[in-house]
Amino acid sequence: MGIRNIGEPILQIDDISLSFGGVRALQNVSFDVREHEVRAIIGPNGAGKSSMLNVINGVYHPQVGTVTYKGETRHRVDPHDAASRGIARTFQNIALFRGMSVLDNIMTGRNLKMHTNFLQHALWVGAAKREQMAHRRKVEEVIDFLEIQHIRKTPVGRLPYGLQKRVELGRALAAEPELFLLDEPMAGMNTEEKQDMCRFILDVNDQFGTTIVLIEHDMGVVMDLSDRVVVLDYGCKIADGKPDEVRSDQAVIDAYLGVAH
Amino acid sequence: MAEQALDTFPRLFMHHARIRGDRPATREKDLGIWQTWSWSEAAAEVRSLACGLAQMGFTRGDNLAIIGDNRPRLYWAMTAAQCLGGVPVPLYQDAVAQEMSFVLDNAEIKFAIVEDQEQVDKLLEIKGRCAQLRHILYDDPRGLRHYTQDGIQSLDEVIESGRIYDREQRDFLDGEIAKGRPGDVAVMLYTSGTTGQPKGVCQTHASFIMAAKTGCEFDQLGPSDEILSYLPMAWVGDHLFSYAQAIYAGFTINCPESGDTVINDLREIGPTYYFAPPRVFENLLTQVMIRMEDAGAIKRRMFRYFMDVARRCGAEILDGRPGVAAGDRILYYLGNLFVYGPLRNVLGMSRIRVAYTAGAAIGPDLFRFYRSIAINLKQLYGATETCAAVCLQPDGQIKFDTVGPPAPGVEVRIADDGEVLVRGPVMLKEYYKRPDATAESIDADGYFRTGDAGFFDEDGHLKIIDRAKDVGKLAGGAMFAPNYIENKLKFFSYIREAVAFGHACDMVCAFVNIDLGAVGDWAQRRNIGYSGYTDLAQKAEVYQLVLECVEKCNAELAHDPVLAQSQVRRFLILHKELDPDDDELTRTRKVRRGFIAEKYRVLTEALYSGKPSQFIETQVKFEDGRAGMISAELRIMNAKVFDAAAARLAA
Repeated sequence: MGIRNIGEPILQIDDISLSFGGVRALQNVSFDVREHEVRAIIGPNGAGKSSMLNVINGVYHPQVGTVTYKGETRHRVDPHDAASRGIARTFQNIALFRGMSVLDNIMTGRNLKMHTNFLQHALWVGAAKREQMAHRRKVEEVIDFLEIQHIRKTPVGRLPYGLQKRVELGRALAAEPELFLLDEPMAGMNTEEKQDMCRFILDVNDQFGTTIVLIEHDMGVVMDLSDRVVVLDYGCKIADGKPDEVRSDQAVIDAYLGVAH
Repeated sequence: MAEQALDTFPRLFMHHARIRGDRPATREKDLGIWQTWSWSEAAAEVRSLACGLAQMGFTRGDNLAIIGDNRPRLYWAMTAAQCLGGVPVPLYQDAVAQEMSFVLDNAEIKFAIVEDQEQVDKLLEIKGRCAQLRHILYDDPRGLRHYTQDGIQSLDEVIESGRIYDREQRDFLDGEIAKGRPGDVAVMLYTSGTTGQPKGVCQTHASFIMAAKTGCEFDQLGPSDEILSYLPMAWVGDHLFSYAQAIYAGFTINCPESGDTVINDLREIGPTYYFAPPRVFENLLTQVMIRMEDAGAIKRRMFRYFMDVARRCGAEILDGRPGVAAGDRILYYLGNLFVYGPLRNVLGMSRIRVAYTAGAAIGPDLFRFYRSIAINLKQLYGATETCAAVCLQPDGQIKFDTVGPPAPGVEVRIADDGEVLVRGPVMLKEYYKRPDATAESIDADGYFRTGDAGFFDEDGHLKIIDRAKDVGKLAGGAMFAPNYIENKLKFFSYIREAVAFGHACDMVCAFVNIDLGAVGDWAQRRNIGYSGYTDLAQKAEVYQLVLECVEKCNAELAHDPVLAQSQVRRFLILHKELDPDDDELTRTRKVRRGFIAEKYRVLTEALYSGKPSQFIETQVKFEDGRAGMISAELRIMNAKVFDAAAARLAA
């Protein structure tokens, strides 16, 4: 692996609490994510991991706490705003357009960066055409990067699960994010697909310097990939540190294996 | 600059850059778009790369390793090395590092040009053992930014510094190119080496240019032809078709985007000239058949009807043979409109003028299928040591079981023991640093021993039957070629493997492995229940099915003047599939006849003793590494043989 310069915190989570009715999904959670690092969020089912990602990109609005991204502190983040400021994400269950080709799906990741309007595209006038070509080039770079040239024109619904996951990663990449949120990118994959996915995540981090926050259950993957790990359990942060430290933390072991209460 | 004789590859290359500078030389699909380099652009790249290499100390006599998929720059690297009087040594890109270390060491490689990180990693792994290896130059920088080891450099930098050098000292490279002699070694191709270590086959400019010239004149290839370059660069076939012939005739090579996209890329390019081993043609046909099964009823009926028409007269029409009824011609014309044309288009073969296959025996049905839909598929015969150009099938004289008459300028002789001997300008200069092997493979009259056994048929076409060392004699003195018989049996889709015995015996007997997929499907459609391979193999119905195949094979053998005595008299279906894990097959799926005969001695004895069945128990290794026993009472069946004389009279 290459030498990355892990820099100052790019994202600061301060004292976030989130409730749905009586359920307290997150309680006073604080941590930071530094520029260029791979940060993992782990925890048992229902620990609040996905909720945390949803808070970061503004799908959920916490009752208490702030999110500071690139020096701007907000209480409420707007998803559209988050996306335009360089936060991209993938989902736990695949959220692609099944009837559209791989190419078109990834193209949708460029949506926010398109400036010509619907009418211009419909008429296929000069500006729209030029813009389309520039975006297509970006998308082709992503396709090349993820080694999915052979399925470029295949409808996504016809692809095996592992490749669909890769396409989803591609769509997020097409947005050229600075902060990349991955919600269980390896769930349901076989060993080989996992290895491929790990390599792509490391490559994204290494080549584009993208900061990555990922949720993952496979401990082997987490230990190999991440620079720092934050552990949630019942909505609370119970540990935070380097993979080795976290692994030997008694609270974490208890959370995962369960203890007699 | 005075025009020099076009007798080396660099001079030919520069010649094309002068006379057809704007014509496309190389294409590569990159980022979804076909990028084109004209001959003059390609020549500029070659010049810059050559100068860059020279600056780094690459000189006359050095060998340059080239490892990677088919990439324009890797092809240009070959020419660049040749410009400087060096020798390109392409290696199989999928070889593991250990396999590469022998060649790198043997060829005293100092410079290696590789495609990407994967290959760089492999070379770094074995760098300690290859004392000479100093420079590793990579084409694709992905993932390599942080590699700080000595000697690893991007090809971009080398080309850039070479470009400046070439601009300042134009004479340098022109001088180097002028120094080249046709007798210099142009390329070194390592033979795969099934026995012992691989050997480097040294071929000169003169011999490869001769091979290219022969092929191009034979099939009238010119600058407007297009070929898809997707076979390993280390294979002599690719070197002849994508390098030597392309540079001789000045046609365009097209590099696919990746190995997985070849079928799509083929369709987009629509090459006019195509080369593939039989396995590729087989896969393409299988895909067509599977997709036809899913097509609508009207399409399926149309397909079936017109394929019957094609089977009846397609090959004859392609060969221009007389005697095709006018009605058939009209039907074929319609078929071409509705079925064959669209089918060729789907296969990416609409524009093909000439397609070749080589490397293994091709099944007659497969061969006829392509010819019947007007794809001019032909066979050729050759080896690395003969620039892959010994025999070619001329248009209009195609037989599926021969490889055609000797190519112009090539002498072919059959030795007393049946071995095919070749002499001519396409022969190797030597095996690199192996005078012993060179002396052994070239006889006193200057003929190269191919190691293949064959004979000429009545039309003077060469028929290859087997490896010479496998050919034996029956007790009656007739020739026995096990591989030939096995291939004939394996052409039936129901038969997966066959092992023929007969050397020094009074008759030929065979073991057969059925194809579990094909026979299983056949059984399912007939409501024949079975629990697994062993059970299915011993069903009376299955024996009957295989018997029909064996007797058809016998009927064909009866027509053969040399091998009529080799008809299979008795056979049995083995109770287990032959498996490389049990050492019965090599990793490339060739049967290890001697080992099998020894292991199943009771069965061979039973075949020759005339018993109706034999009990056998065999230890097998399962995929998880456990060992187990399989036992069965195997039936042995007699097959009808045909009278050779009567068969020939009838024909």
